[in-house]
Amino acid sequence: MAISDTPTSVGTNPSGIVARFEQQYAEYRRQKRVYAAVFAAVFLLCLIAALLTTQFNVLTLIGGIPRASGFISKMLPPIHLDSFAQDFAEWYWGAGEWFHSLLNTLLMAYLATILGTVIGGTISFFAARNLAQNYLVYWIARRVLEIARTVPDIVWALLFVLAFGIGEVAGIMAITTHTLGAQGKLFAEVNENISPLPTDGIRSAGGNWFHEMRFGVLPQVLPNYLSYTFWRVELNVRSATIVGFVGAGGIGHDLFTAVQLLYFADVGAILLIIVATIMAIDILSESIRHSAIGKASFSH
Amino acid sequence: MGTQYADITAADIAEERSRNPDAFRAPLRQRLNVWTAWGATTALTIYCLYRFGFLSGNFLHGVTKFGDIVVSQMFPPAGFENVPMFLKAMGETVAMAFLGTLLGAVGAFPFSFLAAKNMTRSRPIQFGTRRGADLLRAFDYLIWALIFVRAVGLGPLAGIMAIAIVETGTFIKLYSEAIENLDRKQIDGVTSLGGNWLHKIWFGVLPQVLPMMLSNTLYMFEHNTRSATILGIVGAGGIGFLLGDRLRAYELREACLIIILVVLTVYAIDYLSKFLREQLIGDHKRREPIDDAVQI
Repeated sequence: MAISDTPTSVGTNPSGIVARFEQQYAEYRRQKRVYAAVFAAVFLLCLIAALLTTQFNVLTLIGGIPRASGFISKMLPPIHLDSFAQDFAEWYWGAGEWFHSLLNTLLMAYLATILGTVIGGTISFFAARNLAQNYLVYWIARRVLEIARTVPDIVWALLFVLAFGIGEVAGIMAITTHTLGAQGKLFAEVNENISPLPTDGIRSAGGNWFHEMRFGVLPQVLPNYLSYTFWRVELNVRSATIVGFVGAGGIGHDLFTAVQLLYFADVGAILLIIVATIMAIDILSESIRHSAIGKASFSH
Repeated sequence: MGTQYADITAADIAEERSRNPDAFRAPLRQRLNVWTAWGATTALTIYCLYRFGFLSGNFLHGVTKFGDIVVSQMFPPAGFENVPMFLKAMGETVAMAFLGTLLGAVGAFPFSFLAAKNMTRSRPIQFGTRRGADLLRAFDYLIWALIFVRAVGLGPLAGIMAIAIVETGTFIKLYSEAIENLDRKQIDGVTSLGGNWLHKIWFGVLPQVLPMMLSNTLYMFEHNTRSATILGIVGAGGIGFLLGDRLRAYELREACLIIILVVLTVYAIDYLSKFLREQLIGDHKRREPIDDAVQI
């Protein structure tokens, strides 16, 4: 072919190039093998340490599987097709109470989202580097948001149960606190990405700080706020179903009681309600986000 | 420039307004919609505040009590002599997250091929696997932990199983998405050389998807460490067990120390995981602001 006919280019030796390539390739392969070996060794060490720390025993795990699956199979009581309505009604004997708890759960999530978003949104104006007027205020706002969202909501729930007693209020306060931390951080990031031109315009026309925020910043950030908030509702419904485990109200409380008393059929019935609700909320929230806010919400 | 504006009179503005009313004000219908939405939101909020008793004196009493608990009963933290025990429990938490993530990843790996559209011809199998994974993910870690504590007893095993179950669902979703995004040409190349099914997976698929899978797994390990800190509250081992115990026994100063420890560990894991992912995979884009906010 043509390649063998062409003279070698000036000053290079093709066999030299090949040799150098081979050498570099061997070097590369060797390096890769060393990395892989180090990675595997570290991984094995971690694995052994983890197995020892948790006293993990494959036999216990295997022994636990039939018990766990027996537990799960007991959650679905026998339902026959010919007596479906009766069997189903019997399974959901506590439907009135459970759906009341479910309504409470949803309203808890709603109220916590609203309160958390309003408080977190207000703090976010002080926690945005470009809007804060005072470094100390900025620093405090950042730390408050950090603490609020790093402490898990269930831990907040335990603390609020001590103060407010058992009930929905403790759960709402817990989810609100976690939400304000998360929303405040996200909103502050949105605030930091705004265009400074509208606020400059308002300042040049004699507006004060409040005017700048209300007419210069808010119109730019509101669509993003809304989409984050819809997304937050989904997460908060999930939280609201579990804070009841520590006495902070909602359907989690009924689930916890049923598990403690080993009412398997009730556990299954409540789990079914929870999973149906969460999937419905996910679908609903997604469709609202797509239709009401659309793609504009993520364009800065 | 300035003189141009001086010529505009109030009459000009009024004329412009009558010609293009929408430029000055949104149409009535749109304004009504917006006001209805805000009105409904506010009304529902007030109803909720009323329903749950936020508008009563009890609520204010609770707020003062909470302030008292946090300010004077939690600080300063105490129980420093128990730090070795807390650190051991923290190690157990991280170990739970590690084993749970590992079991989840191993369990999800084969199913992720079933759940990928470009690997599984049969639509019902592919769709069924996806929905099954969604079902596993739909329940929170704590719900699984509560059930497994009842099934296998108190201790880290229940926590490991809870994490493994949720992670199987998550990894089936993440891995199958990675597989669906791969480049077909490498597999075609292996096929054209006469490679069988195993060759195609080994030489065509894995080199493309493994880095993505590794990055996802590390990221979820970090996420699970945060989740594992609280699983103990329902009895599934680790630091959460001690935290729940101290809070229920009203030993708030020790609880405060544990909370501080949890927060510090979460930060440490955050940085370590970010560093590892950047070192191993050179992956900078994976972490989005939204992920940061999803704590626990």
